[in-house]
Amino acid sequence: MTRHIRDSRLFAVLATALLLVVAAGCNQGATGSDKEVTVVGSWGGSEQDSFLAMVKPWEDKTGNKVKYTGSRGLGAYLTTAVASGTLPDIAGLPGPGEMIQFAKGGALKPLDTVLDMATYKADTTSALVDLGSSDGKVYGVFMKLSVKGFIWYNTKNYDGTVPANWDAVMATDKGSANSLFCVGLESGADSGWPGTDWVEDFVIRQSGPQVYDSWVAGTTKWDDPAIKSAFEAFGDVLDKTFGGPAKVNSTNFGDGGNDLFTTPPGCLFHHQASFISDFFKKQGGAKDGDFDFFVMPEINSQYAGALTGGGDIVGLFSDKAAAKDLLKYLVTPEAQQIWADKGGFVSANTKVTKYPTPVEQKSADSIKGATVFRFDGGDLMPGTMKAAFFAAMVEFAEDQSKLDSILAHLNEIQATAYTPA
Amino acid sequence: MENDLITAAIVVIGVPAALVGYILLTERLIQLVPEKKQGLVRPWFWIAPAILFLVVFLIYPTLNTIVLSFLDGQSKNFVGLDNYLWFAGDSGTLEALRNSVLWVIFMTGGVVGLGLLIAVLVDRVRYESLAKSVIFVPLAISFVAAGVIWNFMYQYQDPSRPQTGTLNALIGIVGLGPTRFTQEQPLNNFALIFIGIWMWTGFAMVILSAGLKGISIELMEAARVDGATEWQVFRGIVLPLLMPTIFVVATTIVITALKSFDIVFTVTNGNFGTDVIAREMWQQMFTPPGNFGRASAVAIILLLAIIPFMALNIRRFREQEAIR
Repeated sequence: MTRHIRDSRLFAVLATALLLVVAAGCNQGATGSDKEVTVVGSWGGSEQDSFLAMVKPWEDKTGNKVKYTGSRGLGAYLTTAVASGTLPDIAGLPGPGEMIQFAKGGALKPLDTVLDMATYKADTTSALVDLGSSDGKVYGVFMKLSVKGFIWYNTKNYDGTVPANWDAVMATDKGSANSLFCVGLESGADSGWPGTDWVEDFVIRQSGPQVYDSWVAGTTKWDDPAIKSAFEAFGDVLDKTFGGPAKVNSTNFGDGGNDLFTTPPGCLFHHQASFISDFFKKQGGAKDGDFDFFVMPEINSQYAGALTGGGDIVGLFSDKAAAKDLLKYLVTPEAQQIWADKGGFVSANTKVTKYPTPVEQKSADSIKGATVFRFDGGDLMPGTMKAAFFAAMVEFAEDQSKLDSILAHLNEIQATAYTPA
Repeated sequence: MENDLITAAIVVIGVPAALVGYILLTERLIQLVPEKKQGLVRPWFWIAPAILFLVVFLIYPTLNTIVLSFLDGQSKNFVGLDNYLWFAGDSGTLEALRNSVLWVIFMTGGVVGLGLLIAVLVDRVRYESLAKSVIFVPLAISFVAAGVIWNFMYQYQDPSRPQTGTLNALIGIVGLGPTRFTQEQPLNNFALIFIGIWMWTGFAMVILSAGLKGISIELMEAARVDGATEWQVFRGIVLPLLMPTIFVVATTIVITALKSFDIVFTVTNGNFGTDVIAREMWQQMFTPPGNFGRASAVAIILLLAIIPFMALNIRRFREQEAIR
């Protein structure tokens, strides 16, 4: 009898436990509070600190909280997040191409009613407003910009004359340097991307924005003379590069310009986006003032002033009021200035005019002076096309004679990558 | 935060309690059945949670993957065998397939061969446990960490500069020029496979060494007394008796080799002709917008490649059971 009672008591306890587990399991589905905004971005380390410093005034003012998670693989993360429906409120997007895909899929929310559109359009370079739009609606805003196509040099080895055109760059006397250029293509899973920057800069300067756009959109084929000649121009650069294919493919992009600062110098010029100055100081042992740059000069005078660049786009995935408010705050000059003060990047907001070093100042000026600004082509292409483009640059740097088969393979990828299968 | 703690506590205490609760609950239900048939019903109730988990987390996803492999990239339209035809006709995937075969042959051969050699050799020395520990350690490292470590080992610098990669610095001492271990074909595939061998040899060694201890010393002594050489003892006694163990180890390594992804991903990302099918699957799945159809087809091909080894292993296992 006692035994039976004890049994049923135990039974009751265990049954309650079972219920609790089920309840806890169900509870998992609920989202955070209305005062908490979840943000996922690619920023880690000091960039993460800069972002958190940027949102701090907003948190203090509104009493809301930002819960930030850094992820290096934004593409993979968002693909799964969209498929499963467990999305953050605000997320960094891998590129404008992916932004359009997520917008078309309905996961991204349009920002036209969220932002004060008149102010946003007045404060932002129009090329960037267009880049953040899909079907006439704004879906993405730019947190920070990096201008591409700068030719960096060591001020001790080069007098700073800005060559009139690309031929003049190629004909520059390399002086005591081993070679004219340094190139580093290694970047882990993204190896090859610095090469894509080269090709993009050649396409836009040789053939202009129309060809660039139609190539990026998947209309112009890879073996088109315009694209092929850009690869060939990069091939000429590789022929004048320190260490040849072996060094090019085994040097990390961050170390790519280190040989500017060795004695004797490995090279005279290094082509890289504005962010590289940080790497010169951290990895190359250079100090402010040891280096400077000029914007990659024109090739076809018809397209003088064309510029390419990159940037971090952020989009809205929820209807939460606090999330909308945060996004509105992020594009203001006050917020953007906080990040600009940290250095290394240029704001998309033209109201931001104060930059910590001449490098950023010069970058910001070059954006304003650009006749044509185009976003990094690889970032605009569908993910599969971009990945193939990266890999193709590694293959091309390894063996230039394979160019035709490389371009044929890229054509194959292009044929399927753009159709939303 | 507090909420998380409560949830954690409920899970840690609650899940085992719930399982016991389930057994007691079903026991009550079983009491309703006539006593004679209780023995027949009970096992099914006991095994039901396990079957449920298997169905939800293994069988359903497998079947769903098969279905997805016949649909397009967004899993909307039926495309028949298109995804499989793509796999059979794409130069990239075929290269990945070739490399996966290389991984299966050389990683399995290397791991089992070295594991056996070391197991037999350390069996004869006094510092056996120390030697075994040292060789076992790499298994505790994650694949990604191993990839990063070996990336440093294989690092290449221009011949005019000091070599920062350990291996290139070493071969530099004897006057050999720097080699691009991770980029020169076909060397790079073997450089990657070697990382796998380095990691898994310890595993094979430990299992084979345990098997070796199970062989009776009297048997070997008897052979030696009869005049057998050490090689004859190994060939005639040790190897046949170890065969079942070798088989189990080899199967495990074959499956590991087929699934290899992390090392290739961290060291070369499939560039320079080193792609393997598991990485190809990842590429199809996670490069936005993500082609679920192709990724599923690659997954099914990987599954089909593994099944024969599993089947062989199970058959082998059954035969042994029969002998006992």
